[in-house]
Amino acid sequence: MTAIQTSGDGTTPGPRQLGDEVAIEMIGVHKWFGEFHVLRDINLTVHRGERIVVCGPSGSGKSTLIRCINRLEEHQKGKIIVDGTELTGNLKNIEVVRREVGMVFQHFNLFPHLTVLENCTLAPIWVKKVPKAEAEATAMHYLERVRIPEQAKKYPGQLSGGQQQRVAIARALCMNPKVMLFDEPTSALDPEMVKEVLDTMVSLAETGMTMLVVTHEMGFAKSVADRVIFMDQGEVVEQNEPEEFFSNPRSERTKLFLSQILSH
Amino acid sequence: MAQDTGVGSRSVERPPVLSAGPLGWLRANLFSTWYNALLTIVILWVLLQIVPPMADWLVLSAQWGEGSQEACRAAGGACWSFIDEKWRFIVFGTFPSDQHWRPTIAILLIIGLLFVSSNRNFWSPWLGLVWVVGMGLVFGILYGGFLGLSFVPNTLWGGLPLTLVLSVVGLAVAFPFAVLLALGRRSDLPFIRAMCVGFIELIRGVPLISILFMASVMFPLFLPTGVTIDKLLRAQIGFILFAAAYQAEVVRGGLQAIPKGQYEAADGLGLSYWQKTSKIILPQALSIVIPPMVNTFISFFKDTSLVIIIGLFDLMSTAKAALTDPAWRGFYREAYIFIGLIYFAFCFFMSRYSQWLETSLNRSRRH
Repeated sequence: MTAIQTSGDGTTPGPRQLGDEVAIEMIGVHKWFGEFHVLRDINLTVHRGERIVVCGPSGSGKSTLIRCINRLEEHQKGKIIVDGTELTGNLKNIEVVRREVGMVFQHFNLFPHLTVLENCTLAPIWVKKVPKAEAEATAMHYLERVRIPEQAKKYPGQLSGGQQQRVAIARALCMNPKVMLFDEPTSALDPEMVKEVLDTMVSLAETGMTMLVVTHEMGFAKSVADRVIFMDQGEVVEQNEPEEFFSNPRSERTKLFLSQILSH
Repeated sequence: MAQDTGVGSRSVERPPVLSAGPLGWLRANLFSTWYNALLTIVILWVLLQIVPPMADWLVLSAQWGEGSQEACRAAGGACWSFIDEKWRFIVFGTFPSDQHWRPTIAILLIIGLLFVSSNRNFWSPWLGLVWVVGMGLVFGILYGGFLGLSFVPNTLWGGLPLTLVLSVVGLAVAFPFAVLLALGRRSDLPFIRAMCVGFIELIRGVPLISILFMASVMFPLFLPTGVTIDKLLRAQIGFILFAAAYQAEVVRGGLQAIPKGQYEAADGLGLSYWQKTSKIILPQALSIVIPPMVNTFISFFKDTSLVIIIGLFDLMSTAKAALTDPAWRGFYREAYIFIGLIYFAFCFFMSRYSQWLETSLNRSRRH
């Protein structure tokens, strides 16, 4: 398996130079849910600053793959090393990794009993022991980045889906993560709100954030990803830079998937 | 501005008025159909049969103020003179009668603590300290033995202060214990889970009376000779264990209602187990379980009357004891109405408060 070092960038065409620094390394990772083999021999190297889109049919293991990276799921075989820390049963290591890895969920998972601002400051205050005033300043900075600073005092239930997802992105960014994981961030949104969330993710990509995105938004993959990974039945079937991936898929399974997803 | 008037006329359109005035209301709500009309008439007839004699007994023919029991029996109505004569005994039990100001202050202190705690602006860790100090004062003033106050052993306490102390201390101590049990029952650690399940199922599977008996009769058998534990304390511990087991299951219901995504979001942000539990999970779970939790509070408040079987004289028992006075035998209806009103006042307050708390918590969240 080769890690692709250069790739096209939708906004400024031409190869993008990535460093040699490895952010995430997965070596021979297997996972089972009971008897069901969800992940089969996953080998993946993610470099710092790389943006990866993971796609595939439902049940292919793509969500499980990224959930293993911050240990929301436990892998049973193989090695996962995030920013130099190996994920094992050791709680200390898990804590270290979770501090460095931000996650955005399909259903936002904002804390409904806290205001938008409190959602963003809770983890910095309690996990990183940042003083409250400083945490609030950081939170306001990121809420401005996702363009909803005026909603800071509201509760999540008072916001639209797109706004909630942007708050979720800001909440993750407030921890100053080195890697951001997105688990189908636009799948639960009404169509007219998908764009505002994707725009936020594009502008995040422009800052050089390392991103792993599980999504069906192929437009996003084409314009932002350095690499597209196609998964089926728990395996990485194919990975390539987006242009090659979409114009010249190699495996039959990829072709079938692309024809289904792009036909409508 | 044709467009403006169009918008204006649309905004003032109201639903059509179908009925108006008291007659319209009567027709719509009481006599809308023939069977509805029939039901209305039957209910009115039943009320006519019940209310006038009741009002007559309660008020018109009742004997008010000081009076002898002979006068009462002659009057034929309720004998409020009995309450006038006995209320101090019913409310304060066998507490020395020249010292009744002490339990009065204790009652007011407890009511004051409850009022302070019911205000959300005072919800902070300091409230716990206020409670410890407040309950310390309550026990201090009831026991006495300092500053010239005579010592009153708790075997002489009775009536309302005893009921309040048993239920307030019982529920306040049981609650955190219940939260821990509920968390333990959902723990990943098999030993802790087994302990919690075992405790909850054992205590829930046994009637409260038998737990009180165990606490008062069996428990001392296991103690080394010479060591005795106060009877009130034993009853209190029995209550706490029983209340904790029931409340734990209520709390567990709330924990199960929290979506998995909340746990995952908290984990993903790197919160530790206790941070996640105290900041994310419990605030949501406990606000969901307010109605069933208040239900257990109300039921335990009334269940304190079972302590009579181990010889403690709570409000219910003092009322019964007051009836044993040969001079005032037979006025049980008056006695039960009197203590019923006291119980009702407290339970109604709890119920209204829980409704208010629910709406006030939901208003800020708009689920």
